[in-house]
Amino acid sequence: MGRYVARRLLQMIPVFLGSTMLVFAMMYALPGDPVRALAGEQTVDPAQIAAMKHKLGLDLPLWHQYWNYLTGLFHWDFGTEIASGRPVADTIADAFPITIRLALFAFLFTVIVGISMGVFAGLKADTLRDRGLLILTLLLISVPSFVLGFLGQYLFAFQLGWVDPNVSAEANWSELFLPAVVLGSLSLAYVARLTRTSVAENLRADYMRTAVAKGLPRRRVVGVHLMRNSMIPVVTFLGTDLGALLGGAVVTEGIFNVQGVGRAVFGALQHREGATVVGIVTLIVIVYLVTSLLVDLLYAVLDPRIRYA
Amino acid sequence: MRGAKSAKWVAGAAIIALAATACGGGNDDSSDSASKEKGKPAGYVSVDVGEPQKPLIPADTNESLGSYVIQALFTQLLEFDAKGNIVYTNAESVKSDDNKTWTVKLKPGWKFHDGTPVTAESYIKAWNWYANIKNNQQNAFWFEDIKGYADVHPEKGDPKGAEMSGLKAVDDTTFTIELDKPVPYFEYKLGYYTFAPLPEVFYKDTKAFGQAPVGNGPYVFEKWDHKKLIQVKANPDYQGPNKAKNKGILFKNYATVEAAYQDLLSGNLDMIRQIGPKDLPKYKTDLGDRTVDQAYAAVQSLVPVFYSKTFKGIDPKVIQGLSMGIDRDTITKTVLNGTRQPATSFTPPGVAGNQDLNTDVFKFDPAKAKQLIEEGGGVPENKLWIQYNADGGHKEWVTAVCESIRNSTGVDCVPDAKPDFQTDLEARDNNQVKSMYRGGWVADYPLNVNFMRELYGTTAEANNGRFSDREVDAAFKKGDNAASLDESIKAYQDAEKLVLQKMPAIPLWNYKINGGYSKSVDNVGIDYRGDYVMTDVTVK
Repeated sequence: MGRYVARRLLQMIPVFLGSTMLVFAMMYALPGDPVRALAGEQTVDPAQIAAMKHKLGLDLPLWHQYWNYLTGLFHWDFGTEIASGRPVADTIADAFPITIRLALFAFLFTVIVGISMGVFAGLKADTLRDRGLLILTLLLISVPSFVLGFLGQYLFAFQLGWVDPNVSAEANWSELFLPAVVLGSLSLAYVARLTRTSVAENLRADYMRTAVAKGLPRRRVVGVHLMRNSMIPVVTFLGTDLGALLGGAVVTEGIFNVQGVGRAVFGALQHREGATVVGIVTLIVIVYLVTSLLVDLLYAVLDPRIRYA
Repeated sequence: MRGAKSAKWVAGAAIIALAATACGGGNDDSSDSASKEKGKPAGYVSVDVGEPQKPLIPADTNESLGSYVIQALFTQLLEFDAKGNIVYTNAESVKSDDNKTWTVKLKPGWKFHDGTPVTAESYIKAWNWYANIKNNQQNAFWFEDIKGYADVHPEKGDPKGAEMSGLKAVDDTTFTIELDKPVPYFEYKLGYYTFAPLPEVFYKDTKAFGQAPVGNGPYVFEKWDHKKLIQVKANPDYQGPNKAKNKGILFKNYATVEAAYQDLLSGNLDMIRQIGPKDLPKYKTDLGDRTVDQAYAAVQSLVPVFYSKTFKGIDPKVIQGLSMGIDRDTITKTVLNGTRQPATSFTPPGVAGNQDLNTDVFKFDPAKAKQLIEEGGGVPENKLWIQYNADGGHKEWVTAVCESIRNSTGVDCVPDAKPDFQTDLEARDNNQVKSMYRGGWVADYPLNVNFMRELYGTTAEANNGRFSDREVDAAFKKGDNAASLDESIKAYQDAEKLVLQKMPAIPLWNYKINGGYSKSVDNVGIDYRGDYVMTDVTVK
């Protein structure tokens, strides 16, 4: 098991290098010059633009820029933003904590509500409550998140006055509730459906019959034997979902004014802040790699038949 | 057993993952909540002004967000009132006999926020620093009129010196500015915030200063929570005419204008600068008389590029015809939801020298439009493109303008979208525009000169249409050589009449501010650039 984890961690290095290089090359290939754009429609001084580019190392060839970036990373230097002159690390440190909070909130909501709904429906497949769940989740899947966002804002903030429409600079847990629910509702639908199918199928499995025949209490049959095996497809989905949530959500963050990772990447992309984009995307890649490792390890916990050498 | 052992590994990996991703905790700013708005001290007003692009140094800020903050923190020699007239702030007088050497007298007793006095030297040293190419200030070119600018900001290579020879201190509160050549309207340029002074502390650590500036303006810097808000408090010792009537300002960053509007409605924001397209149709019913709907000194135009196949050596009559083929009234009312005001000249209202050109070139008249285009020999291939950036909300009106041209003149018009502003600018710089681009210009100083010389002069940097006309250049030169400001304005008015005959651009409309404010503030007004006059806002 230990060797397996070590191997997986080592495999992350080439993936990390490859993805940063790809994103770096993509940013380089984009048309438009961020230094020139700072002047907008105002007077442009070519000498000054050249001087600024030289200072930032933007006049070097692509491979040299990438080399500088990589060597910087080893000193925990994510580079410097072109316009603001602030270290990219600061931008990342501004954006990630709030996204992590929002993501965990949405994730918890998805897990708790989604799995309960799925089990609730799956235990009595093809009954009225099962059909009801299917219709509800179908609705959640088909309604775009911005519709849900605006609807939630209108209902809970303006009609009922329960919450503030936006997340303020402080980003309290209570303010994050509504955006987290909106953000989590799509995955919630998938999780509920996955759990439902899986539970309904496993109910008919041999080991279930054995467990019942052994005379185990129903609580234990459902809570341990059924749940543990039914969770495997759900965990796979949740793993990638956590990565997606941590990668930020441009639309939902925009509606609720969350200054998170999604907005940060979007803004950086608009202003051609290459270093910021590469830095954040790299972190998101790492998050994905780590969550997928966690998912693989969880399989072994859930299903004793799976072994990692 | 096996399961439990695996679980341990999972837990270990999870801890590593959490440690790696958790970059920092939340901020636990505890602030008194006297008002409903979270984190706003009593007596403060809040406005949706997003994250400034650059560090807060007067000469490095050229966009509207940063300029809000700079203008709160710094005060230069003079400012303009809502009508565009000069109001002396830090200067007692600015005088010149020959338009070449200007003598500035400062009001005595002014202090920076750190207590050090504002002297003639504070200005001279700051301006020399701003202009120096080594410091890479975005607005360095503003100092190009001053004698010795080429020494500190040469076109190539290192500067020859660190000081412009044209700036001389006479005593603590007097200094002289000598220009390369007479500029009758130089005083107007001094009203731009780039001409602000700097305290000594700036030179010790310019980088730290850009994050926490020390100015001489009506507000004192408090904090900058990046991408969230900037907080400034009123300066109790301020001596200028524009002393703050509120206790401070919160400049709040919003992800979208829609989000800002939601906060305005729910009482979490006091002032909004622009209502998003989604809320424009209903904001007047939502806010009642708390709306701001006013034109300011900025113009949006279609700029033909004179190197293109379409417009190379074209008869200006054709461009006049195209201008008459655009139904400005209908487009501003419908597609633009009343956010623009149809243009009637090359200069916007609110700048000195704006005049009635007494022409029908800006009127919608399909019959005459067709006739003029025919007389001028028509548009080559009977087709033209309008380039715009797709990230700025221009698509709707560009499509409408094209439709209007096509229907009224029969000339095929195609919108040519560039994905974003950077790409748009790149095409303009590299002479790759197909036939026309969308141009926008906000007044740097409220004078007609700013809308003529900077846009249509042969050597003007912002002249991306590469318009070049000897007569127009001569007319501008006449204005620059005029003996007084009034004569200069007059000469530029004559030049504008000439520009109308040559049509280097098709002015479409003037920008309007469509904003609003909450029930808790009052006395909300705008200046000639369409910015809120923050010092005048009072809290109810």
